[in-house]
Amino acid sequence: MSTQETSTQNLTLVQAVRDGLKSEMERDDDVLVLGEDVGENGGVFRATEGLIEEFGGDRVIDTPLAESGIVGTSIGMAAYGLRPVPEIQFSGFMYPAFDQIVSHAARLRTRSRGRFTCPMVVRAPYGGGIRAPEHHAESKEAIYVHEAGLKVVVPSTPYDTKGLLAASIRDPDPVIFLEPKLIYRAFREDVPEEPYTIDLGEAAVRREGDDVSVFTWGAMTRPTLEAAESVAEDGIDCEVVDMRTLSPMDTETILESFKKSGRAVVVHEAPKTGGLAGEITATIQEEALYYQEAPIERVTGFDVPYPLYALEDYYLPEDTRIEDAIRKTVEA
Amino acid sequence: MSTSERDWVRVLDEDGTVVDGATVPDLDDDSLVEMYRSMRLARHFDGRAVSLQRQGRMGTYPPLSGQEAAQIGSAMALDEGDWIVPSYREHAAAYVRGVGLDQTLRYWMGDERGNRHAGLNVFPVAVPIATQVLHATGAAMAADLAGEDETFLCYFGDGATSEGDFHEGLNFAGVFDVPAVFFCNNNQWAISVPREKQTASATLAQKANAYGFEGVLVDGMDPLAVYQVTKDAVAKAKRPEESGDDAPGRATRPTLIEAVQYRFGAHTTADDPSVYRDDEEVERWKAKDPIPRLEAFLRERGILDDEAVEAIGTAIKDEVADAVEAAEGTERPAPADMFDHVHADRTERIDEQAAHLDRLRERYGDEELLE
Repeated sequence: MSTQETSTQNLTLVQAVRDGLKSEMERDDDVLVLGEDVGENGGVFRATEGLIEEFGGDRVIDTPLAESGIVGTSIGMAAYGLRPVPEIQFSGFMYPAFDQIVSHAARLRTRSRGRFTCPMVVRAPYGGGIRAPEHHAESKEAIYVHEAGLKVVVPSTPYDTKGLLAASIRDPDPVIFLEPKLIYRAFREDVPEEPYTIDLGEAAVRREGDDVSVFTWGAMTRPTLEAAESVAEDGIDCEVVDMRTLSPMDTETILESFKKSGRAVVVHEAPKTGGLAGEITATIQEEALYYQEAPIERVTGFDVPYPLYALEDYYLPEDTRIEDAIRKTVEA
Repeated sequence: MSTSERDWVRVLDEDGTVVDGATVPDLDDDSLVEMYRSMRLARHFDGRAVSLQRQGRMGTYPPLSGQEAAQIGSAMALDEGDWIVPSYREHAAAYVRGVGLDQTLRYWMGDERGNRHAGLNVFPVAVPIATQVLHATGAAMAADLAGEDETFLCYFGDGATSEGDFHEGLNFAGVFDVPAVFFCNNNQWAISVPREKQTASATLAQKANAYGFEGVLVDGMDPLAVYQVTKDAVAKAKRPEESGDDAPGRATRPTLIEAVQYRFGAHTTADDPSVYRDDEEVERWKAKDPIPRLEAFLRERGILDDEAVEAIGTAIKDEVADAVEAAEGTERPAPADMFDHVHADRTERIDEQAAHLDRLRERYGDEELLE
């Protein structure tokens, strides 16, 4: 550790995205951003605000309105040796680019036996809870996790956002970087001005505890921590693990925590069936069955198309539902 | 045919005679012979590849017979540092750019190493339709940003022009005025769907108008015409004109070339074209066969004679036989290879799965495991 005072800025999560992009673009001339409204407008969430003034139109590129075009040209750029960071304006609009992501980005290294690589970070605001129109609130991380060759990252704090984004940009392979837009401006945190990275594939224990392990990520981390504090009043000591990277998943931290508590709850916004809670549960079954004290609970979105916002609060897990599952697990 | 042949750029007529008013491209005798030799080689290779598939020595294979002029004429028009971004049928274009025939065979024999072209400016084949158009545009943007004087020649078929990625790729290319040549091998059939059912446009070349740059219609079975239009398009890609403003319709670097041609054989060895087209149509197009056309031209010019033609025939058979031997003589990839190159480094989980497969192989042996 350096004893030198590091200067910090007090940033929101979306400001940390911008700061992460800026510091990586300063570090490496090969990094560029492209997408809809990312230039003059600075992004619809202001995640690229001011970057065009600083880096110019060759590195902050306003593109035509075409998601497959944005990701497909980024793949060509990455194959050529650049490090593009395409922005998809909302994760609900990534599907036109899905073919490019799974058929090419994910496979380019393997199908050329390492001759071509795809160091690209597809950024997209994701998740619900902001009273947005249809197609603006889904959580589809499991689709990308299922695809070999991709890495999937979901930050939950401003500090992590900058470090994980930097690590993603420096990663030699494609990363799907899903930004929980519900907490884009929910709180601030001190973020160093200097560039730094947080290794991909490493979960963070947000609260230590022995009674039950709760695994979550993104915008669900905060209500999970609230639920943990609430049950603590009744003497239930939760460990809250923020997965941060969903692929590759930090199985070691999951198992370490579970072996200690013997009880687990998994919380995610995405629908239950085929969601990553199933993957985490199966991993625990395979590796730590004999430590298990109670059935594993899943607190998730329902298996319904994401409802318009009149009902979204019923759809999204929140602290009461999480608390309910924690108590059920402990009482079992 | 939806357009008149009179609209096609053409140097040689169907008999190999230079058409009135056409200029023969500035190619020396050796290059002309090489063009001819490569077409003969590609035709022979194609026949052998289909035969290998029929004998169970190779998997599904997409034949190219009839399309040699389009591939070889265009690829020969590139400068050394230029790139090709192929679909899955451009075995002959890849050969011109240095990809060994044995490599192409390896790929279609199911060995991924056949898709690795180390040191060559050749992208891996793209099987999904039109997806590679965007890669060509993006790579051309990157090369341009890097200040490199490189042109990207991207191949696709007539069916690809119906895909969104074709539209997006050409649209981006126009907006960013990239050094790319989009080369449409219009072979009349997207498997069983004829060109007329892909679009109501009179030509595919005219679609370039929508993206703000030039479209060219060429006889894709005339290697000299293909060579010349591609040469011109490559030169234009490298010498951007000052357009003066950003107004729409001012992209001066990209070109869309529609090379009108015909696939003599099936879409792939898994296809039976007799279901959807008649022999009469095939025969009509065979009259335009690029190989006898160029041969007649070269004989007329005194560049080729019986002896030279025979020598080429013998040499190409040997070259293809050597390639088949090399491909079949390559040790099959090790099972562990599939776990490499997923990421730069194996993840823990992939490592575990690789180890699991190893244990299974050790315990049961490959024979029992693959039964």
